[in-house]
Amino acid sequence: MNARLLPLLATVAIFLAAYAICYAQFPAMLSTRVIGNLLTDNAFLGIVAVGMTFVILSGGIDLSVGAVIAFSGVFIAVVLRETNLPPPLVFLLLLAITTSFGAFMGAVIHYLEMPPFIVTLAGMFLARGAAYLLTLDSVPITHPVFSQIQDLYYLMPGGGRLTLIGGLMLAVVLGGMLLAHRTRFGTNVYALGGGVQAARLMGVPVGRTTIAIYALSGMLAGLSGIVFAIYTSAGYPLATVGVELDAIAAVVIGGTLLTGGSGYIFGTFIGVMIMGLIQTYIIFDGTLSSWWTKIVIGILLFSFIVLQKGLVWISSRERVRPAGAK
Amino acid sequence: MLESQPLLCARAVTKVFPGTVALDGVDFTLRAGEVHALLGENGAGKSTLIKCLSGALRRDDGDILLEGKAIDPRSTLEAQDLGIGCVYQEVNLLPNLTVAENLFLGHQPTRFGMVRTRVMNEKARACLAQYDLDIDVTRNLDSYSVAIRQVIAIARAVSLSGKVLILDEPTASLDAHEVAMLFKVVRSLRDRGLGIVFISHFLDQVFEISDSLTILRNGQLVGSERAANIDRVQLVNMMLGRELQQETRSTGRTDVRTGSPAIRFRSFGRARRVAPFDLDIREGEVIGMAGLLGSGRTETAELLFGIAPHDSGSAEDGEGRLRLDSPRAAIAHGFGFCPEDRKSDGIIGDLSVRENIILALQARLGWMRALPAREQAAMVKDFIRKLDIRTSDMEKPVGQLSGGNQQKVILARWLATNPRFLILDEPTRGIDVGAHAEIIRLIEDLCEKGMSLLVISSEFDELVTYSHRVIVVRDRRHVAELTGAEITTESMVASIAATGSQGDAA
Repeated sequence: MNARLLPLLATVAIFLAAYAICYAQFPAMLSTRVIGNLLTDNAFLGIVAVGMTFVILSGGIDLSVGAVIAFSGVFIAVVLRETNLPPPLVFLLLLAITTSFGAFMGAVIHYLEMPPFIVTLAGMFLARGAAYLLTLDSVPITHPVFSQIQDLYYLMPGGGRLTLIGGLMLAVVLGGMLLAHRTRFGTNVYALGGGVQAARLMGVPVGRTTIAIYALSGMLAGLSGIVFAIYTSAGYPLATVGVELDAIAAVVIGGTLLTGGSGYIFGTFIGVMIMGLIQTYIIFDGTLSSWWTKIVIGILLFSFIVLQKGLVWISSRERVRPAGAK
Repeated sequence: MLESQPLLCARAVTKVFPGTVALDGVDFTLRAGEVHALLGENGAGKSTLIKCLSGALRRDDGDILLEGKAIDPRSTLEAQDLGIGCVYQEVNLLPNLTVAENLFLGHQPTRFGMVRTRVMNEKARACLAQYDLDIDVTRNLDSYSVAIRQVIAIARAVSLSGKVLILDEPTASLDAHEVAMLFKVVRSLRDRGLGIVFISHFLDQVFEISDSLTILRNGQLVGSERAANIDRVQLVNMMLGRELQQETRSTGRTDVRTGSPAIRFRSFGRARRVAPFDLDIREGEVIGMAGLLGSGRTETAELLFGIAPHDSGSAEDGEGRLRLDSPRAAIAHGFGFCPEDRKSDGIIGDLSVRENIILALQARLGWMRALPAREQAAMVKDFIRKLDIRTSDMEKPVGQLSGGNQQKVILARWLATNPRFLILDEPTRGIDVGAHAEIIRLIEDLCEKGMSLLVISSEFDELVTYSHRVIVVRDRRHVAELTGAEITTESMVASIAATGSQGDAA
């Protein structure tokens, strides 16, 4: 078995174990209602985390996504308030903006050879600033299309609702899995994470791939912003502060190596679900402070970092042994 | 053979870097179905030549003909498309991708934009079967040994280019068994009609695999011969740039140091770096170390100084065992080391002469006890006078000094720590004749004062002048030890050129 699968298996095992504990205490948690809510409540995080997975797989980081989500919500709310543009057109316009914004950051990272951390940090301030520029207040979205979208769902057996945005997140995860694992672009992303120099020598179009990765992350951040706007029916420039860090945490808990080159989109999905599950547990319990979410996520992050270090150590030992034995 | 058109032909290729002519009108001819070894010492121009051929560098002058047609590759990819593939010493594959992905990256079979993984894996298995390699191609590359990765890199290069294969030191980190496996692959490719350029520092391997040899020195072509027409002594002489029948009657110093050794190394070695060796170092003794580049001479020095810690054997002095697992430990035991590449490993160009000299002494004292400025100045002034370092000011950045003076600054740095055992790796490389003589005089002075020295040099005449003993290294082994009258340039060349079996006996 490939050692790279181990973190993914660990993530799935932790999710199942956590769910089992929840079920033992609150049997009601094993219902399609809870699962439906889990998907809906975490849809925006799941979508943006898929984009973050691509970025981290390539060895980069994107700190701008939380601010881009906030900008998206504000943009949608303000444009719908000020103009008569139909929502689908506004969505397309927004996706075009966030995608080019991501592509621009990718281009700066590649052509100016700047560290992604700094470039996307600047992008974070830019996007957050742009959101404040549009409005300082929370702008409610009253367009009828929004309430229609919110009412769209598929009734699962057991009474759970798979909402449109929950379904959209699942579709993004599936699309991300195909893109990462079944296309040349996906392999190129892994190649960049394995080593830019070697990837370049092997003919990977480094510049094009880097730009595409950040454009994809920008686009998914925009999509996540749309989902968040639908979820909250409002645009607020102070919203989703720190969501980029939640996304990074979900990616790492999902078993992706922070240094790039190894990980799975599906793991990120499970990572998001673990984080959502902890919150659900706290709601069910009713007495715990919601800060316990942060503490558990912190503990999980630490254990995954240790697990990954351990795996790297084991695989490097395994390699040396047969060669030295000859 | 001569009438057939050469596969790849370089004529008068010249490449100039700022300050040096890396290639000076070099001709190189490669035929289809031959393994052609490219030989030369450090800075001979081997890597510049293959970089020009493989598109990594653009030549400044001259022509490159592939199958009679002039080519001008601007990138490695372009050269690859023309049919010239290159496998570098550090395998340039991606350890986090599967074997199959590494083989077909950028050329994966797809349908509707989706990679057909099963087809790709099937093709990868078929491709590696040609090399008698039956491995799980769906596993990540990093689960396989360096030798297997080399074969995979070769398979990729051949499947993408398929006419010329350039192997840059492919055997540097392989053991004998793995080398045999690699050579089988190389021979089968040669029989398929590929032209293969092979770079290696291991003379045994060069003679084992090569049909032709081209020798470079200082960016110039020294000669190109069929392997059958040249013997080892000729080859070593050509690489070192010595005239064949040059008579040098001088022998080494005969004032052999006696007495019990100050430091004893017993079966000291490190797997894949240097085979275990015994070495006794007496007080006031100069031990020369002769060998070609990559023979294990620098590796020995790094082993003794703890840069690449030993994994077998032990070292002891009169008082007991010495721990030598890091440069810090070695310095604590009174060792010093002036590395070969002083620009990258030795001096810190932006720091002043004073700071560079104080460095090692300060490291030994620890950061808590700073040396008073007045003491520093007095000490540095003393060294500048004693070693005759030509600098206008002790606060001048070392980078602005000439090569010989830089070398003296490094020497001063170690002398300031008053070491008992000093290792000098190529102390006279790249410095002018005057400074050269001064360094040699210094070496002699130091051993008069009772310091023990190990001097590595490819200037064999120079070793003869100051060495009490000379260790000859070849293929990462200490193959001979010459003392007194035995020390002549001829005996050193002969020991280096000796075949493997004779070397074992020595």
